[in-house]
Amino acid sequence: MSTVTISNPITTTAQRRVPAGRLFVYAIVLAIGAVLMFAPFLFPDVRAQEVAARICVFIVLVASYDLLIGYTGIVSFAHTMFFGLGAYGTAIALKTMGPGFDAILLGGSLGVLASLVLAVLIGLLSLRVKAIFFAMITLAAASVMMVLASQFFEYTGGEDGMTYTIPRFFSPANTLIADENGKAIRIFGVAANGRLALYYFIFLSSLVLFLAMLRIVASPLGTVLEAIRENEMRAEAIGYRVVAYRTSIFCIGAVIAALAGILRAVWLRYTGPDVTLSFDIMIDLLLMVVIGGMGTMMGAVIGVVIMTLAQFYLKDLMASGAAATSNVPLLPDLLNPDRWLLWLGVLFILLVYFFPAGIAGTLMGKGDHK
Amino acid sequence: MSESLLRLEGVHTDIAQYHILHGISLDVPAGGVHVLLGRNGAGKTTTLRTIMGLWRARQGTIRFRGQDITAMQTPDIARLGVAFVPENMGIFGGLTVEENMRLAAHGGRFDSQRLRHIFEIFPAMEKFWHNQASSLSGGQKQMLAISRAIIEKRDLILIDEPTKGLAPAIIRAMIEAFREIATETTILLVEQNFHFASALGQSVAVIDDGRIVHHGLMSDLVADQALQNRFLSLSMEAN
Amino acid sequence: MPKNLSSIFERFGGVMLLPVALGLIAFVLIGRPSTWITLTAAGLAMGMMIFLMASGLSLIFGLMDVLNFGHSAFVSFGAFIAASVLAWSGVWVSGGNAGLNILALMSAIAAATAFGALAGWAFERIIVKPVYKDHLRQILITMGALIVAEELILMVWGGAPIPVPRPAVLTGSLVIGDVAIEVYRIFAFVLGLAVYIAMHLALNRTRIGLLIRAGVENREMVEALGFRVDRLFIAVFMAGSALAAAGGAMWAGYQGLITTAIGSEMMIMVFIVVIIGGLGSIEGSLLGAILVGLMANYVAFLFPKMSLASNMILMMAILLWRPFGLKPAVKG
Repeated sequence: MSTVTISNPITTTAQRRVPAGRLFVYAIVLAIGAVLMFAPFLFPDVRAQEVAARICVFIVLVASYDLLIGYTGIVSFAHTMFFGLGAYGTAIALKTMGPGFDAILLGGSLGVLASLVLAVLIGLLSLRVKAIFFAMITLAAASVMMVLASQFFEYTGGEDGMTYTIPRFFSPANTLIADENGKAIRIFGVAANGRLALYYFIFLSSLVLFLAMLRIVASPLGTVLEAIRENEMRAEAIGYRVVAYRTSIFCIGAVIAALAGILRAVWLRYTGPDVTLSFDIMIDLLLMVVIGGMGTMMGAVIGVVIMTLAQFYLKDLMASGAAATSNVPLLPDLLNPDRWLLWLGVLFILLVYFFPAGIAGTLMGKGDHK
Repeated sequence: MSESLLRLEGVHTDIAQYHILHGISLDVPAGGVHVLLGRNGAGKTTTLRTIMGLWRARQGTIRFRGQDITAMQTPDIARLGVAFVPENMGIFGGLTVEENMRLAAHGGRFDSQRLRHIFEIFPAMEKFWHNQASSLSGGQKQMLAISRAIIEKRDLILIDEPTKGLAPAIIRAMIEAFREIATETTILLVEQNFHFASALGQSVAVIDDGRIVHHGLMSDLVADQALQNRFLSLSMEAN
Repeated sequence: MPKNLSSIFERFGGVMLLPVALGLIAFVLIGRPSTWITLTAAGLAMGMMIFLMASGLSLIFGLMDVLNFGHSAFVSFGAFIAASVLAWSGVWVSGGNAGLNILALMSAIAAATAFGALAGWAFERIIVKPVYKDHLRQILITMGALIVAEELILMVWGGAPIPVPRPAVLTGSLVIGDVAIEVYRIFAFVLGLAVYIAMHLALNRTRIGLLIRAGVENREMVEALGFRVDRLFIAVFMAGSALAAAGGAMWAGYQGLITTAIGSEMMIMVFIVVIIGGLGSIEGSLLGAILVGLMANYVAFLFPKMSLASNMILMMAILLWRPFGLKPAVKG
């Protein structure tokens, strides 16, 4: 193949002019960040806080998944497995050692370590063969992990999962700043208690992880990964050790997913297959990445927000739609909130067909030269 | 060259994001061997693959016997009477020699006269008829690839570097075989081996950086040392 | 392994020896011959049913480099359609007339197979065709299609487990001495073997088979010889989907009770099988399926909780030894 006509394919960063679409995406993401930052004050009700915390954790999870699928072009179905390992490690430690930061630290570390070991194993074993093998192997690995989690119920709580208490510092009963009566003072009407501390623990941890990932994709490693994704053979010829780079990013993704799992476990005070390991979560991740835009960290933020809001609020809408059309044939069946996944699936297929660059990608003009 | 069998006009081809052919124009008259010379990466293979429809021309036209084949599918181009012998020879290693040949024979039946003729040109084919193709040597594989291209009568055979990696003795035999084959068909040959190319070629085109930089009779190129220095350094420097 | 040792290994059947070795190890661990025979029969029957499901996927990939993550949807549909047909057949299934029993079962399998072929055609045209040569989008889109298909099954058949009546003639066991083998397992094994032989003959004795084998090796060259591989591919896709549905139908009869989880359960099995066997060859699929079937049954008896994980470990071990699987037709 000709090497003569090839200019430098890695020139995307050289672009100085910032197009309007790109600015728009940054503005949206900053706005989302601001809303999340003040979420406890903007939306004091419990459900909205749960939504905000879920968005924080999932931004980390989806962005780390995007490191693989978008930036490196490797399709893994084991991301929820790593997420689950982090969560289960924390949960089991909290359950057996009692509520304490030492339990979170130890259990979380073990979860992260297990993720890392598994990621190295899977990576070295299968990243040297075709991408498609990798997808199958990770899917098989994730399913096996799911089965193991339900079979070893004496440790994991099986299908039901397990509840546990988290350190008292994070409980609503803990007063951070007391007024003269010994009660938590209210800041803009929000009690300065442990629950608020917990939210900010989740928010700040997520923010740090997200910024770290932004740093990774802007680093030389990110550039190499993109070169590999664009042309594996060429990258190999230039002398990049493709397998080593892929394995390392797979490990980074796995570790970050496990860290996100710790956050999720601490926030929810519950860990079970349906919130961590299940295939439904994996599908959510895929949808979020594709809706937001593969290969853009900003897209992860947008995808997570849209999907999470839709999940929490659109299902209600579907239920009322089904009720309203209950005497029309077929329609109530289709609008049944249980059919939510059907519509997501259809939407997903259409998106991959027509907007493979997703929202952020399309706005930022990444879809142009596809 | 008014009556050309194959004519390329301003053909541009991209592979992924890379622009490989920058407006190739080429005339191949009917009959004889015509050679495309050029160094590695100049776009020779891309030219053949674009003619065959395996890569799409972004711009320009390709005509075969006057018919526009630019946008045609590979199988349809093949059925017009174009055979292709790729650089890796495209042998099906899991199939026997016979099965490889049978695939190319019309309706899966052999014309016994043509088959006998092929056995005369390449006796090894008869000898290894029932062997697994993957067990053949490099030279035998090349013979099989060429036999497969001529088991039916074709009007044009595109051959990509048939001498690559072959021993000099086999190359000498190949020259004889090609002369024989060229009596009934037209061959467009991509080569780096100038000795082989000059022994066979009637016309020659030199390609560099996705463009035709010289086009003329092979005899002129052989006779003109200055031309050779200019273009063969281009075509040979990579070796 | 040393050269002379490996050549001896090849002479005695090479990787085809693996199931035998597995059987011998299990024999030593299990210790009771009658139990071992029962488990082996179960493993072979299960392997044959998985072979039906896996072989199509393997060929589809080999020919067109297309990996259909939605393949297991055909398995699910096959299972549910067969369950419905058997349920409608009523007394034909449960009555004492062996002919009617078999007829009911055959019509259930035929309905599943026909549906598989038709749905396969639609799936190839609508879902797969637009994303040839784009692995990333292929994986995503076929995955999306799998989600939609599973939801459709939920909509039609509901979420509750569905009982699958087994034809009276195939119930019960064949008892020889203290060894008991379920009749249905023998039936499944024989049917799977028949399909394998038919596929083997079709691939090795017919012109279409020749084209498929050549296309698996080098699609471009087959096209350069003047054949429309895309048309061939539709046929292979339909056949592969039909086989998956037939496998699903057989599996439904074997299980006796099916849930919507059947698709994802079998998908894992099928993936493990094609990875172990190597993509693109039906011999590889057969070998992989038999290994997985035996392993699942032996381990389920010896260490019940490790059944699925053991196959995962088997896959990892084989990948370490042979990164492209045991008998691949395509490498990479």
